[in-house]
Amino acid sequence: MYKVKVYVTLRENVLDPQGTAVKGALHSLSYHEVQDVRIGKFMELVIEKNDRDVEELVREMCEKLLANTVIEDYRYDIEEVVVQ
Amino acid sequence: MKFAVIVFPGSNCDVDMYHAIKDELGEEVEYVWHTADTLDEFDAILLPGGFSYGDYLRSGAIARFSNVMKAIQKAAEEGKPILGVCNGFQILLEAALLPGAMRRNNSLKFICRPVTLRVENNETMFTSLYEPGEVITIPIAHGEGNYYCDEETLTKLIENRQIIFRYHDENPNGSLENIAGIMNENGNVLGMMPHPERAVDALLGSADGLKLFQSIVKYWRVKHVVTS
Repeated sequence: MYKVKVYVTLRENVLDPQGTAVKGALHSLSYHEVQDVRIGKFMELVIEKNDRDVEELVREMCEKLLANTVIEDYRYDIEEVVVQ
Repeated sequence: MKFAVIVFPGSNCDVDMYHAIKDELGEEVEYVWHTADTLDEFDAILLPGGFSYGDYLRSGAIARFSNVMKAIQKAAEEGKPILGVCNGFQILLEAALLPGAMRRNNSLKFICRPVTLRVENNETMFTSLYEPGEVITIPIAHGEGNYYCDEETLTKLIENRQIIFRYHDENPNGSLENIAGIMNENGNVLGMMPHPERAVDALLGSADGLKLFQSIVKYWRVKHVVTS
C-alpha cells in the first residue's frame, strides 16, 4: 500500500482571492511580516500496490482530475506503508 | 428544431432552460440525463447552471467525466450548437471544449443580480439577432465566474473574435478582460456565466436573452432549409 499526499495550489501568476483576504486578516492581527498567503487543497490517497508505477499513476490522476493545470500546480509525497 | 437540456446531479437551472425553449422559444426540447450514450437525435445541446456534483473539487471537474460528455464531444465535432451557461460553462472549460479556467469571484461572494453585457461579436450562430455592440441585461448567479486564461490563449481569443460577451458597466467577478462569455474556434460551442434562460420574458425583468436562442434557431433553419 501507498499513502500519497497531494497538494494543489493556484499557480504563482494566478491571483488567489482567498489568499489575499487571509493575508489582509493576518495583517489586521498585526502579523505584518506576512508577505504572501496562498491557499490550496490537501488530499490524502491510499493506493493499492499493483504492477503500475505508483508515481506515474499519481501524476496521471493529478493531470486528469485532481488539479486543473490551467490555473493550478500540484506536488505529492508518496510513502510506502506496510499493511499488517 | 430539437434541443437537449443535459441534467447532471446538482443541476438546478434545467427547468428554466426547458421553459425558455418550450414556452418562450416554442421549439422542441427534452431533458437528457448525464448517463446518456448518444445525442444524435438532437440539433442543439444546452448545459444548464447549477452545482453539478456539489461543485466538489472544482466546479464542473467531476461532471466533465460523465458518460454524456463523450456524446457532447462528438456533437461539438459535428458542429452542432452547444451552449453552456454558468455551471455548464464551467463544465465546458473543465472538459477543454473551451480554453481557460474559472477562479472564485474576487469578492469571494456569490453574486446574484442582473448585469449589463456588451455583445462583442454578433457574427455567430448564437448572437446574429443582436446589433453589433448591443448592450443587454441578463442576470448572473455564481461564486466562481472569475475567468482566467494565459496570455497566449487570450491573444487567440481576441484575434479570432471568440470573446462574445463582456461585462459592460462593471465587472462583477474580476474576470480577465471583463469576459462574460467565450466561443470555441469553430464557433459552435459557447460558454457564458450570465443566464440568458432567466431573461426570456419582460415579466422576469428582461427578455434580452431570448434573441440568443432565436439566433440558434435562425442558424439551424438557414442550414437545413429544403429547396425543392
